[in-house]
Amino acid sequence: MMLSIKQQPFRAAVLVLVWGWLLFLVLAPNMLVVGASVMTRDPSTFISLPLNLDAYRQLFNPLYLEVFLHSLYMAAITTLICLLIGYPFAWALSRVDKRRQMLLIFLLIVPFWTNSLVRTYALKLILATNGLLNSALISLGVLDEPAQLLYTEGAVIVGLVYLLLPFMILPLYSVFEDLRQDVLLASHDLGAGRLATFKNIIVPLTLPGVLAGVMLVLLPAMGLFFVPDILGGSRNLLVGNVIKNQFLDARNWPFGAAASIVLTLTMALLMFAHRLSKRRLGEEDA
Amino acid sequence: MTETLLSLSGISKQFDEKTVLDELSLTIDDGEFITLLGPSGCGKTTLLRMMAGFELPDKGTVTLSGVDITQTPPEKRPLNTVFQNYALFPHMSVFDNVAYGLKMEKRPKADIQERVEEALAMVQLEDFAKRKPHQLSGGQQQRVAIARAVVKRPKMLLLDEPLSALDYKLRRTMQVELKRLQRELGITFVFVTHDQEEALSMSDRIVVLKDGRIQQLGTPREVYERPANVFTARFVGQTNFFPGRVTSIEGERISVDVFGLNRDLSKPPFRVAMNQSLHVLLRPEDIRVLAPDDTEGVAGHIVERNYKGSTLDSVIELEDGSHVMASEFFDEDDPAFDYSIGERVRVSWVDGWEWLLAEEGDEPLTDEEELAADDAEH
Repeated sequence: MMLSIKQQPFRAAVLVLVWGWLLFLVLAPNMLVVGASVMTRDPSTFISLPLNLDAYRQLFNPLYLEVFLHSLYMAAITTLICLLIGYPFAWALSRVDKRRQMLLIFLLIVPFWTNSLVRTYALKLILATNGLLNSALISLGVLDEPAQLLYTEGAVIVGLVYLLLPFMILPLYSVFEDLRQDVLLASHDLGAGRLATFKNIIVPLTLPGVLAGVMLVLLPAMGLFFVPDILGGSRNLLVGNVIKNQFLDARNWPFGAAASIVLTLTMALLMFAHRLSKRRLGEEDA
Repeated sequence: MTETLLSLSGISKQFDEKTVLDELSLTIDDGEFITLLGPSGCGKTTLLRMMAGFELPDKGTVTLSGVDITQTPPEKRPLNTVFQNYALFPHMSVFDNVAYGLKMEKRPKADIQERVEEALAMVQLEDFAKRKPHQLSGGQQQRVAIARAVVKRPKMLLLDEPLSALDYKLRRTMQVELKRLQRELGITFVFVTHDQEEALSMSDRIVVLKDGRIQQLGTPREVYERPANVFTARFVGQTNFFPGRVTSIEGERISVDVFGLNRDLSKPPFRVAMNQSLHVLLRPEDIRVLAPDDTEGVAGHIVERNYKGSTLDSVIELEDGSHVMASEFFDEDDPAFDYSIGERVRVSWVDGWEWLLAEEGDEPLTDEEELAADDAEH
């Protein structure tokens, strides 16, 4: 039974606040981006009429298509590595006793207190030619001379994995926490071995967490422009670098806006897939 | 004619240095409905999980039809479990849940189809095959769990407090249905519960457990009418414990003084000596409440009356301050039958219905046991 707005002033206030927030701080800026993407580049006012789809057409320029695909490729590798590390990590995390669990989650979150830009510079110190890693490898006798670690694709991926791993682990941890022990026992009880139980029960039940983690890693991985700026060479651009360059250096706002809309749409697609997977578990309200 | 299906011998288990099962031995016959009854923490669930293979004993062996299965993993044991909270696979339809065990056996599709339909018909859920577990009521989920467990035709079905999450009425219905299923399937049922009423009404035999040890093993009637010790007497049903004293021993008969009344009883199966104190047990329904001018019985007055529909339950305080619980059926000849608080009465019981127990350092129930017993009452 619903009570009318008048009877519930608190409820009304909350609704206004939430909707106002969404309208002015989410919807309006995004509409501005959409607007900018269909306008024309203007050297003095950034954007001007007439409306057109030139910016989107420009996206199909082989040069940018290549950047987009390369960026997608690096983001995909990053996501895969995060998943391969994060999945067993989250599983193990959900199994240790509660006190140790809190400690581990705390340790996972601690790096967030330091600006990610600063942490990326720290990584640079480790990966540099005379950096910590090279020195260590040389003094251990693994290498004879310093290896080129910095300014490679590998360095960018290491940076992205380092920054984004917690975003994979946390949603996975949450689905593993919800994974009921008796459901796994039931699977064994009905004749399924470890592998069959993993395939038939654990994977489907943790899939929403996997998709949430992928969403939280893949899209940001395409946008974290400062990571290739600091760790990568000139050839390891991300879509985020393109967008940043268009806005700050090339002053081509419509094109930058169009590129970011394509990113947003990719995100929307992933969210849709996530919803579908959740609905299969009957948790659409979750 | 009964054959041993499963036998546990010398089973011990500790968790964090706390002994959960203590040198426990038990044999379960083929085709019987056996109930593990006890308060929480008595080890009944651990014992069941050991049969299923979810826990391994620290010591002792588990034998199924003569084969040692102590170390056999659960997926290789021909037993199936109905879990307390059903443990259905939330991402699978009812059909797929029930089919899971057969798919693991890699049976042909047509065979699976037929047997799943048969199992669902057995629990009256034919029309729900396509639903997901979250679209079912608690009772329906319970039926799916049962269908899923019996579809593989296990030698034995292990049920871990399967009805505890259901409301009273549904629980009664499911009790009857489980009994029907057991008769139809001819499968051995091992049923875990803390509800003594449930245990009494469903079981062929009851195992009363406390602190990882068997307190008593017997038919419901034996457990209720001839409890082996104070714990069983207190846990299963309500009991009046009257203080008795042996006044004479002659052959197989002894005389016991209870509230100044001299009762002639047959000698109990334990050693008795003159002047020894012992417990004289009487169930509330064995108590007779008489008029105050009666010549029999002990004088007292009513301190509590509870109308229970079919019975009138009352508590009578005797002159020495002790309390007696009485439960009387309504008499058709006397529809106005009732007591008022403070009413003077005399208390007696049918001669020969007493049950004698030796005193055992008189252990009162712990709070937890009291709660569990209370729980089981309602």
